Amino acid sequence: MFSIGLGHYLTLAAIIFTIGIVGIFLNRKNIIVILMSIELILLAVNINLVSFSIFINDLSGQVFTLFILTVAAAEAAIGLAIIVVYYRNSGTIRVEEIDKLKG
Amino acid sequence: MIAHAIVFYIFSLIAIVSAIMVTVSKNTVNSVFFLILDFISISCLFIMIGAEFLGMIMLIVYVGAVAVLFLFVVMMLNVAQQKNEWFNSSGRSSHIPVGLLVSIIIFFELIIVIGGWKYKPDLLDSIAIEINTDLTNTQSLGSVIYTDYIHLFQLSGMVLLVAMIGAIVLTFRQRSGVKRQSYFKQISRDRKDGIELVDVENNKGVKIDV
Repeated sequence: MFSIGLGHYLTLAAIIFTIGIVGIFLNRKNIIVILMSIELILLAVNINLVSFSIFINDLSGQVFTLFILTVAAAEAAIGLAIIVVYYRNSGTIRVEEIDKLKG
Repeated sequence: MIAHAIVFYIFSLIAIVSAIMVTVSKNTVNSVFFLILDFISISCLFIMIGAEFLGMIMLIVYVGAVAVLFLFVVMMLNVAQQKNEWFNSSGRSSHIPVGLLVSIIIFFELIIVIGGWKYKPDLLDSIAIEINTDLTNTQSLGSVIYTDYIHLFQLSGMVLLVAMIGAIVLTFRQRSGVKRQSYFKQISRDRKDGIELVDVENNKGVKIDV
């Protein structure tokens, strides 16, 4: 209980990952919150990589985390740009009303 | 050791609660604020277990850039007051129990994997870059990413460049009716188009048609 090991960090990452997935599944109103849930999922992945890197004593996990950070920032920028363009064209970003493709 | 555990539990509790608040918050602006709180507590955890550089980079990139970008878009699109009422969305809400069920199954699968995994026996032979405890975390990361991982580092720079250009191209809008400077027109102007010599008659003046 009082000695924090790898399992504690992995459990924290699993909880945050699941919360992110719940956010994607259950959010029906606002697509920006879905992007935030994706950021939460990437955060959970980063926690996993960093904690493994520290507990195995191998630095390459932290290098990978750096690259994931880069990709997450690029993804947020592109996603928000797409949302801005969609809002400009259709006037709404509610998830229920984005049904142009009839999927 | 106990202090370490207490700090870990406090930060992870804050992280989990704020992650829940990100998804259930009624107001999108509040969601962004809780996202910032989440990133800050996770970066404190990173600093605590010895990945100081990544913790600081998380603060700079996520809190300083990504969260501010989210706030900016929320402000610009005026969607902050759209209610996030996902438990009483009218009628066709059959996806909610299924989504919850799938999420709970995913969570328990992850917990089972965490409870049951083992290190590979020859793991310690296959370590790529061992952490040198004499150097600081920043120094050892820097000595790695500029030598062994230089190609990936350059490639991630290219990813950022493509993202930047893509965002500009997506959101750029050419408005009609706005007067702009046209360099080509300016440079290709000739002397005979611009200047006209007129003989002015006495007491008549010159009629200028622009």
